[in-house]
Amino acid sequence: MKLTVWTYEGPPHVGAMRVATGMKGLHYVLHAPQGDTYADLLFTMIERRNHRPPVTYTTFQARDLGSDTAGLFKTACQDAFDRFKPEAIIVGASCTAELIQDDPGGLAETMGLNIPVIPLELPSYQRKENFGADETFFQIVRHLAKPMPRTTRVTCNLLGPTALGFRHRDDIQEITNLLYELGVEVNVTAPMGATPADIAKMGQAHFNVLLYPETGEQAARYCERTFDQPFTKTVPIGAGATHDFIAEVQALTGISADIDTDRLRQTWWSRSVDSTYLTGKRVFIFGDATHVKAAARIARDEMGFEVAGLGCYNREFARDIRALAKDYGVEALITDDYLEVEAAIEALQPEMILGTQMERHIGKRLGIPCAVISAPVHVQDFPARYSPQMGFEGANVIFDTWIHPLVMGLEEHLLHMFREDFEFHDAAGPSHHGGHAPQPIGPAAGEAGSMPAKAAPLPDPDNDNVIWLMDAEKELKKIPFFVRGKARRNTEHYAAERGLQEISIDTLYEAKAHFAR
Amino acid sequence: MTQQSPPPPALGCRSSPVLKQRGQREVFCGLTGIIWLHRKIQDAFFLVVGSRTCAHLLQSAAGVMIFAEPRFGTAILEESDLAGLNDAHSELDRTVAQLLERRPDIRQLFLVGSCPSEVIKLDLARAAERLTQVHAPKVRVLDYSGSGIETTFTQGEDACLAAMVPVLPATEARELVVVGALPDVVEDQMLGLLDALGIGPVHVLPARSADSDLAVGPNTVFALAQPFLGDTHAALERRGARHLPAPFPFGEEGTTVWLAAIAQEFGVTPDRFAEVTDAPRRRARQAIAQAAAPLADKSVFFFPDSQLEIPLARFLTRECGMLALEVGSPYIHDALHGPDLDLLAQGPQISEGQDVDLQLDRCRAARPDLTVCGLGLANPLEAEGLSTKWAIELVFTPVHFYEQAGDLASLFARPLRRKSILGVAAE
Repeated sequence: MKLTVWTYEGPPHVGAMRVATGMKGLHYVLHAPQGDTYADLLFTMIERRNHRPPVTYTTFQARDLGSDTAGLFKTACQDAFDRFKPEAIIVGASCTAELIQDDPGGLAETMGLNIPVIPLELPSYQRKENFGADETFFQIVRHLAKPMPRTTRVTCNLLGPTALGFRHRDDIQEITNLLYELGVEVNVTAPMGATPADIAKMGQAHFNVLLYPETGEQAARYCERTFDQPFTKTVPIGAGATHDFIAEVQALTGISADIDTDRLRQTWWSRSVDSTYLTGKRVFIFGDATHVKAAARIARDEMGFEVAGLGCYNREFARDIRALAKDYGVEALITDDYLEVEAAIEALQPEMILGTQMERHIGKRLGIPCAVISAPVHVQDFPARYSPQMGFEGANVIFDTWIHPLVMGLEEHLLHMFREDFEFHDAAGPSHHGGHAPQPIGPAAGEAGSMPAKAAPLPDPDNDNVIWLMDAEKELKKIPFFVRGKARRNTEHYAAERGLQEISIDTLYEAKAHFAR
Repeated sequence: MTQQSPPPPALGCRSSPVLKQRGQREVFCGLTGIIWLHRKIQDAFFLVVGSRTCAHLLQSAAGVMIFAEPRFGTAILEESDLAGLNDAHSELDRTVAQLLERRPDIRQLFLVGSCPSEVIKLDLARAAERLTQVHAPKVRVLDYSGSGIETTFTQGEDACLAAMVPVLPATEARELVVVGALPDVVEDQMLGLLDALGIGPVHVLPARSADSDLAVGPNTVFALAQPFLGDTHAALERRGARHLPAPFPFGEEGTTVWLAAIAQEFGVTPDRFAEVTDAPRRRARQAIAQAAAPLADKSVFFFPDSQLEIPLARFLTRECGMLALEVGSPYIHDALHGPDLDLLAQGPQISEGQDVDLQLDRCRAARPDLTVCGLGLANPLEAEGLSTKWAIELVFTPVHFYEQAGDLASLFARPLRRKSILGVAAE
């Protein structure tokens, strides 16, 4: 049993729904109790879909358990087949139906439907949403894709985008265009937008572009084995990664078309002098592994930030992220427990968080700006405008998104200089954000905080015995809030290293000089 | 002087045939009630014993994630918990101890059963008894089921309140209990009205904390503020309390009739009643008249959601001039919904339960001006050109009693107003 407040991923059948809802002409018959239909609203409300997800739930109730839930499943399956006339059906069970062991796959097989019926085995008590999507897509490809002669022109498949994915809609468009400029056409994009008939002709492509390893890697590996299609290993998020991706595609295809990089503004925006205030900002990065990997590279190499910590919630990628963390000289945080992430951020006191909607909330509570880089998605992650993460436009979008929550150049200096101005104080926050002032932390904020009711934050337990003298404490308060956490932490480290028991104003400035860059 | 409500219809819907279909039910499970109950009962924690799906539902149920401090959580069952029930019980004890240590402010802990815990027959009643002994007197542990196999949406609140009734202290006092979680502002208004009528002592269930002096006994009379409290109704009757049946307090008419039933029980004179209610009645009528203009002569179709459908259909048809085409409710209890059905003129199809695809066919054929439905259906129907009102908002917004009557009408009017404002540009 694991006590959970918020979860980064839903159950695996929600992953299967993301595949089914992204596709066309496919129907998902899900053996599930009444109530599991809540998942529909993820798609209709968060993603604003204008159709119901193509899912039929058996919605059994307690009184059905003693009688014939298997019969209920068959009726639901037949009704779905008659009403929606899908080209193929996937069948499976949600967590509760898994316990009653009706075997939806076996039942559907006996019904003699004249379309492919693909059974799904998604262990609800062991695995989660991304696994569900990855496994479902793999099973669909395994059942439907057939070996076929290659297309005459050089083509590829785009693998991994699903419904309810973080910016998948726009990434597809960006990468399709980029490949087109390179002289590569897209054969099939899947699961998003593909029909079962499209899946069948995936074997025609010369290679695969794996956009999202979380949801497409098993399928990509299967195609590599079965159709001899290599797949790209670089996820083109960020300017550097996009260039690497282009080089990878050119190596795979032997095509060497020139790419027009004029619309990549991010590199100049980052080099222009007004961006110098970004230098060395300490960032904490958390999300799904793919987006964290990309964000770490962008943060360090393209924005000039310092990566203070990083981690991911999907354990499937723990090894990759640990290796990455080593490269960046930090410890990886691999957890799906939101409280652990909050504790890590509180201890590290970064100047900015690159995280998910969960970390955005943590940031709000701690008064640390946050930009969202990864799922789990929120209605805000489906903007009306074109807003990819991948390719050159993606790099531009990321630059804008990341700097938006920060207090910018001159304003930052003014806050330093006149921090006792009653209208321009500390708690006012960036002037371009109405009402985003940090929340006071303390007993009064208990309501707004996360689960453990904690006393005042102690950034590092090692420093429990270091006392801030009153003058030093006062001086510390003159430092603007967005660097105060860093100043406190640095000073305490400095004091601890030297075995000091007390922190005076002098200690504060000694430490400042010590850490100056 | 206050205008009178239209006379009750000669033929109400109480005896109308009810369409009962069986098929996919597009509804929430009872766990959803935790979203408002954990705010209402301020010293309680709701621990769902369930799966990742339960946890995911709770964070998705309000349409967006609410990341404020929750007084609820999920003990997610893992493979090892399914293997042996004894181990599951000791795991639960460990989890509860961990939770109570972190949240010393908790006085009432609800163990909430889910579909998986029901199916593996994890006996939460036994666990609650055991844990109460361990953590008494500081914490009282109760259990109820919010599982989808047993409860639909608001029935979760019903199950929660019904679980509290047997442990209420006994009393011989003649007291009024108003049952059903109401937003604090609405509850205060209601208590103000009852106080002005000279009715008391009045208690509410659920109370805001465990220390309330709420008790129940043979001289207790109770009024229901929500139409989905069938089990709580039965539990209170088992304790000897007596129900005051009435239409539910939505709109000016509903509030007046609801208050009148209580006033009559407590011997309030008609003059006193008029003195207290005339001004708010007039205000309510005025507010409804202003808000409901876009609703006049428009048709409405209710998908089943919260059991509020029948009282709301009564309000919309009698006070806002709408025409009901179908009124679907997940469950219909004659003892609770009868008085509202009496006031709802015959005509609309009354339906109980759901086969969502067949109901969607009926809705599309009827082309109602306004469809009241769940979040999973609203955008798809909007995309087909139908105006919709998400039903969950009716549960999450203060809508009861006089001062909210205008707000209630405007909740329904807003989608229609919006459509006319956006005009062609929205197409």
